[in-house]
Amino acid sequence: MNKKLFIKGLRDGLPIALGYLAVSFGFGTLAASSGISAFEATLISLTNLTSAGQFAGLSVIVESQALWQMVLTQLVINSRYFLMGLSLSQKIGKHASLPARFAMAFVNTDEIFATAMSVYHPLTPIYMAGLGLLPIVGWTSGTLLGALAGNLLPTTVGTALGVAIYGMFIAVFIPKAREEKPVLAVVLAALVCSFAFYYIPLLNSISSGLSVVICTVIASVLGALLFPIKDEQSEESEVAAQ
Amino acid sequence: MNIFIYIAVMALTTYLIRLLPMTIFRTQITNRFVRSFLYYVPYACLAAMTFPAMVHDTDHLLSAILGSIAACVLAYFKKSLIVVAASTCAVVLVTELAYTLI
Repeated sequence: MNKKLFIKGLRDGLPIALGYLAVSFGFGTLAASSGISAFEATLISLTNLTSAGQFAGLSVIVESQALWQMVLTQLVINSRYFLMGLSLSQKIGKHASLPARFAMAFVNTDEIFATAMSVYHPLTPIYMAGLGLLPIVGWTSGTLLGALAGNLLPTTVGTALGVAIYGMFIAVFIPKAREEKPVLAVVLAALVCSFAFYYIPLLNSISSGLSVVICTVIASVLGALLFPIKDEQSEESEVAAQ
Repeated sequence: MNIFIYIAVMALTTYLIRLLPMTIFRTQITNRFVRSFLYYVPYACLAAMTFPAMVHDTDHLLSAILGSIAACVLAYFKKSLIVVAASTCAVVLVTELAYTLI
């Protein structure tokens, strides 16, 4: 059973790892062109395992900003992980020990979270270990490759690789919005908000990291008020899991 | 400042954000509003991070628009993450190359 769940985790993690390979290649390229060494860029990816936060953190480093600005940038851009961690913690229930939770927290990325939340079996540490392993390898090795080879590539290829991350995001929220009308409504609300923060004067002076947080909270609160999830939903999945 | 201090601060901040909810909130949340809110967060967040930021991340507006249309259509038909991501890159690459030839 454990071995099966581990292998299922690996299998579920493989497409995420391949996507990460492409996206982190772009990160490695960008880091190298900003004067960061391949070792340093790889270390950032290995220790952070996050997309948007790393891109923002890179500019903090390159611009030699104060450390508190690094903390604030990460807090704002990565605050969604706090909310995702809450959901994940709920789904894990009592299955996991404290050390297992320390390990599972490390691999809580957008895509791993979305995958973990969509499985119908219990979220055991062994499944999460399988799910997290390949994405860590993909994210780290892609960064190394990008940092080493990035300067050899034409800029057009770099630009094209840079949009891979958006493709990954779209692959997570569009299918869910198709399946569930409430999610569609929440996604549309978040988009309206996001466009407002981008194009309306004054609103667009707010940093992109902060506007993402504000839009996320507004859209999710609207969703929770208008379309509260059914209680049976969680009970059913627990029964199915047993 | 030493870059390794930056990296350590960055990694620690990111990890603490992930660790705290996994270790402190260990009892089931029963409040329906909170549970609903948490259910919607990832989708709202990913949507807000994607648009309109993506449209301004390429050298030419058209390549990003075509790339996002391709991504949305493929995702709608439930193609895998890697297929969607790779196709998005391919469409952007081809469009950008077309501009350099014109």
